[in-house]
Amino acid sequence: MKGLPSFKHGVHPPENKDITSGIPSRRFPFPKEVILPLSQHIGTPAKALVKPGDRVERGDVIAEAAGFISSTVHATAAGTVKAIELWPHPNGSMAPSIRIAVDPTSSQMRRSRIVPRWQDVPEEQLSKEIAKAGIVGLGGAAFPSHVKLCPPKDQPVEVLLINGCECEPYLTSDHRVMLEQPEKVYDGIRIALRALGITRCVIGIEANKPDAIEMMRKTKPDDLDATVQPLTVKYPQGAEKMLIKAVMGHEVPSGSLPSAVGAMVQNVATAANVAAVFETGHPLIERIITVTGRGIRKPGNWKIPFGTKLRDVIEHCGGLTEDAQEIVFGGPMMGQGQANLDIPILKATGGILILTKDECKRQDIMPCIRCGKCLEACPVFLNPQLMGALAKAERYEEMVEEANLNDCMLCGSCSFVCPSNIPLSQWFVMSKSQLRKLAS
Amino acid sequence: MTRSFDTGGAPHLPPQTTVAAVMLQVLLALVPGVLAYTWFFGPGMLIQIILAVVFALLFEALMLRWRGWPLKPFINDYSAVVTAVLFALCIPPLAPWWISCIAMLFAIVFAKHLYGGLGQNVFNPAMVGYVVVLISFPQVMTAWLPPLALADYSPGLMDSLATIFTGQIPVAGGWDAATQATPLDTLKTGVDAGRMVPEIRSAPIFGDYGGLGWEWIANWFALGGIFLLYKRTINWHVPVAVIGSVVLLSLPFWLADPDSNPFPLQHIFSGALVLAAFFIATDPVSGCVSNRGRLIFGAGVGITTLIIRRWGGYPDGVAFAVLLMNMAAPLIDRYTRPRMYGE
Repeated sequence: MKGLPSFKHGVHPPENKDITSGIPSRRFPFPKEVILPLSQHIGTPAKALVKPGDRVERGDVIAEAAGFISSTVHATAAGTVKAIELWPHPNGSMAPSIRIAVDPTSSQMRRSRIVPRWQDVPEEQLSKEIAKAGIVGLGGAAFPSHVKLCPPKDQPVEVLLINGCECEPYLTSDHRVMLEQPEKVYDGIRIALRALGITRCVIGIEANKPDAIEMMRKTKPDDLDATVQPLTVKYPQGAEKMLIKAVMGHEVPSGSLPSAVGAMVQNVATAANVAAVFETGHPLIERIITVTGRGIRKPGNWKIPFGTKLRDVIEHCGGLTEDAQEIVFGGPMMGQGQANLDIPILKATGGILILTKDECKRQDIMPCIRCGKCLEACPVFLNPQLMGALAKAERYEEMVEEANLNDCMLCGSCSFVCPSNIPLSQWFVMSKSQLRKLAS
Repeated sequence: MTRSFDTGGAPHLPPQTTVAAVMLQVLLALVPGVLAYTWFFGPGMLIQIILAVVFALLFEALMLRWRGWPLKPFINDYSAVVTAVLFALCIPPLAPWWISCIAMLFAIVFAKHLYGGLGQNVFNPAMVGYVVVLISFPQVMTAWLPPLALADYSPGLMDSLATIFTGQIPVAGGWDAATQATPLDTLKTGVDAGRMVPEIRSAPIFGDYGGLGWEWIANWFALGGIFLLYKRTINWHVPVAVIGSVVLLSLPFWLADPDSNPFPLQHIFSGALVLAAFFIATDPVSGCVSNRGRLIFGAGVGITTLIIRRWGGYPDGVAFAVLLMNMAAPLIDRYTRPRMYGE
């Protein structure tokens, strides 16, 4: 593992991926109802096109993108629209959502569509097709993919980086995508390369997934200018800026997009879903999700339709153990703790993590002893210790001006290494939202 | 299913380490040095450690109570214990019991809690306590017995206890007869009197590099320090900067005039320099937070120590050097902001 490319700083949380990494993904049964929030992505919420009482088939558009940075929402199961109402959202708010009662008699076949071969679609048209399919980045941020495929004209992209790092502990959904759908990933790569008008691609995979590395190498088409690059196992290797540093050796200038150094990063699961659009006409309505942690009785990897309620997922996975303590959407480093079992699975939900008391053992919060461990952990070389002191004093503007809060990606490395257990990254989340409030 | 779940923010994993674990590791690393100390100077040191720890915890508890802070988790974070042990290692093993009491009063109450408690102190509490008693009670603070190998009188456990609590020493001629100047003291008064360093060093109180016994204690403290480096409890920057700056700065003086300047290794293995390099100047709270800052901080400690030893009024100057650099630490931090990714 020594000598593999990586980035400076970072942390080594316990991986715990062996709980689910060997379990092939299976189809999840359709629930009784699905809840589809209009906002499952970064950008403007979509605009609902259906009304209560409408019959929808699986894969139908039910809400259209409102503007360029927005994303289309599709029905993830056939049924009847029950309501368009406020519903608990994983981000903690009540958000407008379309509630569909799933038709138990439906075969859940998709409406047949005429699918164009991606090779025949003009380059500039590809991103529109991807937008129509509601594809967003499945690595966690859920940024609309078609936007990324149209980089600024003055910053041409030269290399497509495919992100198979999956650096969050516990999660194995990307791992399963690489093992189960490598051809789809490569088709997705070809489509993205065609849309960007480039030929070069590097697939970065952390070295803790040797089977995925081998599978991607074995299935690599000979005519494709792609390299499978094993990377050091270190969190947050899968963060865009860290991956670019590891693979290309460049740092993305502060405040710039990856295209500033000629790169575009796409997650493996996103690539596989892009391919599906052109193969089957299948929009983004489901994905592989890891349900894991020692607090769930039957962990596994599942193809779950979006909108399925957390409650249904837990029930189907054997229920919670007695000592289950925390439910997290996403990985343990950046995911969001959930209290309401009625929240739906979203496009960006790569994992559902149920931690027991022992796994998330909370410690006393002590004062900062200025040990500097957070400075050595921060992958973007900030001073979390200083930022924490400023956050505590509610001096938010200074956090931006003096301590570069805007460059913080909220990866949680600082909190993880803090011997005083100071919730630094929580404070930074809060500070960022306070600043947004002040700005508006 | 009616259950409630924690919704704390990310990350959701327990932290890698705790303050108490860090402090315990420091205490563990001090064990070899403390044992060596006892070997060369008798059990008085162990009594001083116990006394200082008791007083430190007492004042810590009182202050926590007074400030309305919970006793747990603060009383068992071991930070006061570390302060106490580091202080006890700096004082003469047979110093009277009230020395610890006064020193811990200033260390815990004034230097620590009146500045805001754990993590808020500007100055290293152990060094504040030490300097207060050093300046206030110079006579008892310089009453060092020679190492057991050179002494006519070697106090056992009971004798040491009696001396510490009564102030009486069962030696004909009393304290004046029992005590002897430390190697650094001998050196300083010798050089000031115009004698040559090689000639001074021929006295039996000196060993191969530093003082007899002292140099071995320093070795064992260095071993503990290397353990802390290995465990990544401390970084190499401060110890290397302290020791490196002392070597680099004393080398030209020694080369130019070996008769009136001790050679660099003698500086390293004398007094509290090794202890300071690994255990005192590495105190995170009162030091610098970035590694570049720590290099400057450590070099400052080394250089100031040398200046005090060479030109100052005290034979050793480590405590003053640490406190002076504590004052400079925030400024150093300000000018050693790490470069940001993509900057």
